[in-house]
Amino acid sequence: MTKEELYERLNEVFRDVFDDEDIVVTATTTSDDIEDWDSLEHINLVNAVEKEFGVKFTMAQVTGMKDVGEMVDIILATKNQ
Amino acid sequence: MKELEYPFDSEYILKKAKSLKRTLLSDGSTRIVKRIAVLGGSTTHDIIKILELFLLNYGIEPVFYESEYNMYWQDAMFGNEELDSFSPDMIYIHTTGRNISEFPDITDSKEVIDAKIESVFSHFTEMWEKLQEKFGCALIQNNFELPDHRLLGNMDGSDMHGRVCYINELNRKIAGYISERDNMYLCDISYLSAVYGLDKWSDPFYWHMYKYAVSMPAIPTLAFNIANIIKSVYGKNKKALALDLDNTLWGGIIGDDGVDNIVIGQETSMGQVYSEFQTYIKSLKSLGVLLTVDSKNEEENALAGLNRPDSVLKPDDFLAIKANWEPKSRNLTEMAEFINIGEDSFVFVDDNPAEREIIRQSNPGVAIPVMDKPEEYIRALDRGGYFEVTGLSADDMKRNEMYIANAVRKKAQSSFADYGEYLKSLEMEAEIAPFADLYMARIAQLTNKSNQFNLTTRRFSQNEIEAMAEDPAYITLYGKLTDKFGDNGVVTVVAGRTEGDILHIELWLMSCRVLKRDMEKAMMDSLMDACRDRNIREVKGYYYPTAKNGMVKDFYAVQGYELISSDEEGNTVWSRDVASYNRQNEYIRVVGNE
Repeated sequence: MTKEELYERLNEVFRDVFDDEDIVVTATTTSDDIEDWDSLEHINLVNAVEKEFGVKFTMAQVTGMKDVGEMVDIILATKNQ
Repeated sequence: MKELEYPFDSEYILKKAKSLKRTLLSDGSTRIVKRIAVLGGSTTHDIIKILELFLLNYGIEPVFYESEYNMYWQDAMFGNEELDSFSPDMIYIHTTGRNISEFPDITDSKEVIDAKIESVFSHFTEMWEKLQEKFGCALIQNNFELPDHRLLGNMDGSDMHGRVCYINELNRKIAGYISERDNMYLCDISYLSAVYGLDKWSDPFYWHMYKYAVSMPAIPTLAFNIANIIKSVYGKNKKALALDLDNTLWGGIIGDDGVDNIVIGQETSMGQVYSEFQTYIKSLKSLGVLLTVDSKNEEENALAGLNRPDSVLKPDDFLAIKANWEPKSRNLTEMAEFINIGEDSFVFVDDNPAEREIIRQSNPGVAIPVMDKPEEYIRALDRGGYFEVTGLSADDMKRNEMYIANAVRKKAQSSFADYGEYLKSLEMEAEIAPFADLYMARIAQLTNKSNQFNLTTRRFSQNEIEAMAEDPAYITLYGKLTDKFGDNGVVTVVAGRTEGDILHIELWLMSCRVLKRDMEKAMMDSLMDACRDRNIREVKGYYYPTAKNGMVKDFYAVQGYELISSDEEGNTVWSRDVASYNRQNEYIRVVGNE
């Protein structure tokens, strides 16, 4: 899977979870950029991302993520293991 | 909505929660509004979000109160203005093993452990009593899931120092307490977590990250379970099964294979599968679920199959048998009319996905479990929660007999030229009296279940019914009807509030199984008698239209009331004086509560 394909699928997950078809995520997107992205929705998002890519984040990974780019790096690293 | 029916895709529901809610809210259906307080011992945000979807799908529009994180006990014990003014219809207490404050130490004596159990248990009983006293509404309480780890290994379950042993004991005490109360329901997360898989249910990731004691992926399973309890309490259970025969109740096609060659009975493993399924269906019947056959077959063949000595279900077990070549959707509609229940009270059980799809499209509201593998038929029906039991009333268990008696009455009716003669022949006797202790549960159930013959469609909890019975300002009456075919139980409820010398009828409803029996006339007679006893001069009746109560639009007109006002929504107010009332009932012998 290329990074581009990954972003495309990730975008769909964001659109589903936040029920907003206009969302476009990039590496620098953070919770400040999406109105509904609060700590409670974050759980849902992480959960949906895990299911989409068939990965399971550790607590350390989830607590360490600063933006979407870091999330993508973790997904790629886990998938390529 | 298919997405919210068992077996649902939890991931999909979690991900699409927002758009599912949008779709449900815009489907134009009418729903009853219920105020539900969720008191949590851990995070409840997404539990509420998903519970809302399942409830909307069941025709209930919830308004929620959510306690602050882990404030369930404080909210209950010390009060909270927001909760107090919320006045809930129902309270769900979401506590889990994470809320057990004391566990045994390995050096504890039996006395110490008993004291710990008592202390944990009384923490809960105090809270339940306080909530009951303050709100008097229904409570749903979780028991505890089994522990995540076992210090003593297998002995954890047999030694009093083990947490497994300890939690089992607490769960027994909770069950004992709930079983003695009418207004309290167990949410059995001990069972649910076992079915789901305890390791996944209690995944520590979700606790440590977000203080979810039940893991996020398990939330739809929990929410569905809670929704089933709530919809059952509010009378939204299914009532009947429409069962296919070939490859559903037995293996093979009876028309092709012949009655001797269908698969049923103890001789083969597949035969045993179908026998177990039939036994399960028979047990549902003993709970009051109505059984019908909806099958593409010659009737003669259908009966031959059911008459086999090794068939657990016999033709007599069914209220109606439609074995013909008509579309199954039409058969189902006809059976609903015959039994006098809504089509949406049916669960359609058929192994053929094409037949299921036709019913889905042509009979909206019918529940359609996925019946793909015979060995999983029981589970498919059982887990769907269609007949969730929240109280075992004698009436429920007798329901089949009552409907059968009704069918016999219908036949009898056609042999009389004059309807009055027919009514006379029924030898009806009614017990009409003020609300009595014995019937409070049934009366409350009727106010929540009756939709058609219901003038005001006001729903009451048992506590509210009891309060009304004690309030001197109220005139209350229940009616119980017996005839030569059997006892129909309590079938009608009337309640009015007096104001000076005027009575306002706030509640008038009747079960449709006694339509056209003149029972409403007998009730009106008794109500007028009660009015005379209290020197009431005028009676005012109210009709509030809903999607389902069109049949009583003109009830008060027929009863000789005068229309005094109406508004653009169709609400009408009626009046008549007591003095000029003439008794109407001719065919029912009325007795009081003896």
